[in-house]
Amino acid sequence: MNTQASTHSPRGTMNRNAIRESLLDSVRKLTPRSAARNPVMFTVLVGTIICAGYTVHGAFTHQPFGFALAVTLILLLTVLFANFAEAVAEARGRGQAMSLRSTRAELSARRLRADGSEEVVPATMLRKGDRVRVSVGEAIPADGEVVVGVASINEAAVTGESAPVLREAGTDRSGVIGGTMVLSDSIVVEVSTDPGDSFLDRMIALVEGASRQKTPNELALTVLLAALTIVFLAVVVTLPGQAAFVNAKADVIVLIALLVCLIPTTIGGLLPAIGIAGMNRALKANIIAKSGKAVEVAGDIDVLLLDKTGTITHGDRRATDFVVVGGVRDIELRDAALLASLADPTPEGKSIVHLARERGSIADVVGGEFVPFSAQTRMSGVDLPDGRVIRKGASDAMRAWAGERAIAVPPELTGAVERIARAGGTPLVVADDRRVLGVVALSDVVKHGVRDRFAQLRAMGVRTVMITGDNPLTAAAIAAEAGVDDFMAEARPEDKLQRIRDEQIGGRMVAMVGDGTNDAPALAQADIGLAMNSGTQAAKEAGNMVDLDSDPTKLLQVVEIGKQLLITRGALTTFSLANDVAKYFAIIPAVFAASIPALGRLNVMHLTSPTSAVLSALIFNALIIPALIPLALRGVRIRPMSAEALLRRNLLIYGLGGVILPFVAIKIIDLLLTPLLGA
Amino acid sequence: MVIVIAFALAVLLAWPVGRYMAHVMRGDRSRLDVVFAPVERLIYKMLRVNPAQGMDWRAYAAAFVVSNVMLAIVTTLIFMFQDLLPLNPDHIPGMSWDLSLHTMMSFLTNTNQQHYSGQAQLSYLSQMTAIVTLQVVTPVMGLAVLVAVLRGIFGGRNAKTAVEGQTRDLGNYWTDVTRATLRVVLPLCFVLSLLLTWQGVPSTFHGGWHATPVDASAGMAEQVIPVGPVSPMVAIKQLGTNGGGWYGPNSATPLENPTPLSNLMELVAIPLLPMACIFMAGAFIGRRRFTLLAFAVMGTLAVALTSLAVWSEQQPNAAAHALIADAPNMEGKEVRIGPIDSALWATLTTQVNNGSVAAMHDSLNPGAGLATMAAMLMNMVWGGIGCGLLGYLVYLWITAFVCGLMTGRTPEVFGRKLETKEIRLLSALMVLQPVVLLGLTAITLGIPAITANSNPGFHGLSQVFYEFTSAYANNGSGFEGLGDNTKWWNLSCFFVLALGRYPAMLIPLAVAGSLAAKRVAPESNGTLRVETPTFGFAMLAVIVLFALLSFLPVLVLGPIGEWLSLAATH
Repeated sequence: MNTQASTHSPRGTMNRNAIRESLLDSVRKLTPRSAARNPVMFTVLVGTIICAGYTVHGAFTHQPFGFALAVTLILLLTVLFANFAEAVAEARGRGQAMSLRSTRAELSARRLRADGSEEVVPATMLRKGDRVRVSVGEAIPADGEVVVGVASINEAAVTGESAPVLREAGTDRSGVIGGTMVLSDSIVVEVSTDPGDSFLDRMIALVEGASRQKTPNELALTVLLAALTIVFLAVVVTLPGQAAFVNAKADVIVLIALLVCLIPTTIGGLLPAIGIAGMNRALKANIIAKSGKAVEVAGDIDVLLLDKTGTITHGDRRATDFVVVGGVRDIELRDAALLASLADPTPEGKSIVHLARERGSIADVVGGEFVPFSAQTRMSGVDLPDGRVIRKGASDAMRAWAGERAIAVPPELTGAVERIARAGGTPLVVADDRRVLGVVALSDVVKHGVRDRFAQLRAMGVRTVMITGDNPLTAAAIAAEAGVDDFMAEARPEDKLQRIRDEQIGGRMVAMVGDGTNDAPALAQADIGLAMNSGTQAAKEAGNMVDLDSDPTKLLQVVEIGKQLLITRGALTTFSLANDVAKYFAIIPAVFAASIPALGRLNVMHLTSPTSAVLSALIFNALIIPALIPLALRGVRIRPMSAEALLRRNLLIYGLGGVILPFVAIKIIDLLLTPLLGA
Repeated sequence: MVIVIAFALAVLLAWPVGRYMAHVMRGDRSRLDVVFAPVERLIYKMLRVNPAQGMDWRAYAAAFVVSNVMLAIVTTLIFMFQDLLPLNPDHIPGMSWDLSLHTMMSFLTNTNQQHYSGQAQLSYLSQMTAIVTLQVVTPVMGLAVLVAVLRGIFGGRNAKTAVEGQTRDLGNYWTDVTRATLRVVLPLCFVLSLLLTWQGVPSTFHGGWHATPVDASAGMAEQVIPVGPVSPMVAIKQLGTNGGGWYGPNSATPLENPTPLSNLMELVAIPLLPMACIFMAGAFIGRRRFTLLAFAVMGTLAVALTSLAVWSEQQPNAAAHALIADAPNMEGKEVRIGPIDSALWATLTTQVNNGSVAAMHDSLNPGAGLATMAAMLMNMVWGGIGCGLLGYLVYLWITAFVCGLMTGRTPEVFGRKLETKEIRLLSALMVLQPVVLLGLTAITLGIPAITANSNPGFHGLSQVFYEFTSAYANNGSGFEGLGDNTKWWNLSCFFVLALGRYPAMLIPLAVAGSLAAKRVAPESNGTLRVETPTFGFAMLAVIVLFALLSFLPVLVLGPIGEWLSLAATH
């Protein structure tokens, strides 16, 4: 997985305090209210209490109670391990969110009164709709939107990105986050959230036990696990009655041990942690999800709608080629283009300089007057000290300019211009005061690696659709170069919305990225709407995720996080059920060892004694939970492959592995236990 | 050898029959309309139904339930008052209320579990009206519900035109039942019945024959040999996964099964329609791979179970160990049929929920006994007509749920998502079987006064567990050796029969109804496909694992314990 998480803060690592806190939490979660949320572990807790009762009873009536005590302790440990898994996941999430939030804890704000005067209040007093003034060197006290002014802002505290960003009122880049620093100018920010209700606060609530809601797939899985628990409860409760008929007696403690071993404690214990860990992975990638459901849905995405600019291409057009016309030498065109662009501050201009230098131009000039681009002339250039005039610009504007000066236009110019346009580029005609020199091809440059990324997505069954305002010709060329499955040219925001609706009617789940206010309806309609943090408040409200880094390629990562979440759940469920086979073979012969010696043949693991068999199975059952916590938190590794290949792989590892591993592990535990019990 | 021939013949015949069934259930026009259409129109007029009217899943389920309640009332009354009704030359008295209820539910659920002995306790009228009607109609109901479910999981008959939120048309229950009865089951029965009559199975309205036994030492001056319209009844008994014979000893008696040829015909008839259902399903939904995988999964289990049973019966009977040289287990077998055919019959009749028998299952060696119980617990290795494939679909959904998660998407089957609602329904069905079977077995064993079994120990437990399992699987075969015509057995089985039938049909129908209305996600590389070998293996694992996890302990205390103990003593 490609995690672009920042490394500037100790986020995600756990210190000793956090672990101690998690341990305490595991005990706190023993309360019935908290335990009842998880039917599987609740059953174990009830079993523990019954065993404890037998232990106490045995102790007071002077009967041997060592076995009952051992079982009680192992069962208690099982519950604690499960609680610990959840607590650790929560602590990590909290830690991640807290370090994001800590920056704004003690901020004060200059709130504007209705008459325009200012008052200083603590940031926690701010309410939605309040306006605050923030000037150079001050921290923005709360999430909000710039309503007056423009400023450059350092968002490193939140995103880890140190380059300042520009935030301007009335544009699509007006959103600001609490805790970030204003580096220049002074702005007025309208607060968009009440304290405790910012996206970050909501995200923290999502990882904490009390208000955490089960996501749809988690709920369905919980139902299935509860059903299995009832099945095993029926198996165990009816067993003494059946056994009595064949004159076999079954010990209550052993039956409880059997029950706990059979019910899916592994997945039951780890299920909450897996869900929280999914949210944590999103947080770690600097994505704030507004609900656990959003993260889960991400795995189902069939179609990604990606804006071309910024996601697929670098966004700024760059010079990619020089095409000479009318017998001009290459070097002449290059030098002319270079000279005309030396003082040009636009990215296009810089890229022309860069390309010309790369190809060996060494021309330079001191002085001269730069003529900047304007919407009227649609060209720019330079008037050199020696009187030479060089211009570069759109083809029709340049033709008109040449016509005025009676400069001959070579006939092959038309062809050259068209060829570049057809390939998705923007032709820039270069001429001086004597002749037309040629054309500079400006093209969108497809980002490095996106093609591979799209191929991986395709392997996982996710289609990518590129959205661009370009004309169809240009769009087609870029689409082919980037390897997207489809594109929408000359797209307006309402076209985007329509496209999402069409895809959804076709049964597909759609994800998109947006930042502008006019993206809001589409963000709300999409199954995953990833809003850029730099975007407007409307966009951030409409989407169900916010990317603090404002990096549109995050969408790909979001899909992976969602898939990983579901795969981890499925894999551990399979593992948990597969484990039961070995546990049956350990415990069933042990249950009836005394009354039906013939069943000893089922003791295929040759466990030493019934007591050691039951304890070994129980210990394995308990230990497997902490052993799998790292996997639950990290998630099952995901590789881009088809569902069929993925299934085969996971069935082998977690299904077959789940059958075999406990046979080996229980045998080993038995070997270790035998001398202890014998003593 | 006979095993291979029987299986091959069944598959070979099931293929064209299945294609024909798909054609019938789609409601395609055919040349046979000339014969059947007028009769069908008459039936629709009598039932006052509009055959063109589509039904959503609730209406379909309601029609199914209503038709069952009506049949239940009429049938129970016939059984209770058969002494007052005509066509009773042997003056058989009316049945007790509890036996009537049990017998009614047993035949209404296509189970044919018999707590009575056919020839002695049912009049000709009861056999020919109540029993035969139910034997013909109830398997067809299973087929109808299956067809409705298949329509549902592909969005209903109006899938192409329906807009979101519109009710989905799963077909018309009355039309489905009528067409399948007239065009599929009755013609097949007619053919088999003729073939059996040719082999010597009685087909008469004459009262029982009086005969003088040749061997006077039997101590009988005269024996009444009951006859009647036996061959049509045997035909529908075998074809309709019914199993309830005219005679108590079922297909072990020469009067029901006189020759090796009749034995082969009856054997082949057992799995014919359940197998044909699989062919029909593939043709009906236009996915040949679906048929292929269902056959592969069921076939694998069938081979395993059949091998275990046949191998087990070739082992000597432990009780005869010291008496005779090691020879196959002949206890409780008809000498004409022998151990191999008997074992094959036993395993086939339990895989398919037929329940007709040609040997005493009570006397099977423990391994074969285990095989018959395992087959009924899974209840989808061919299974009942329609019901078998419904059971297969339930396992398919559950497997798809777990496997779907493992592929990183919300699980879906044929593009429709399995969500909490569907999982809740399926979970209820999963829980029901172990709770009912294990609970009742424990209760029955715990109260010796109601157990009424003839053996102590492992075998006695098997007798009780088998009876409930057979009832729940709607199989109807008996382990026997059980004094089962008591109020406890009649009434407990009455409920088990109903619980084994109706939830197993209505829940898949509800799931299909819910899936039908969902948006269809087009297949992509990321979609879990449920017709691949990988998925087949996963399904096999889920089926075996689930049966094992739910029932291993009780089987350990029953046949497995018996097996190990016998092995330990010798």
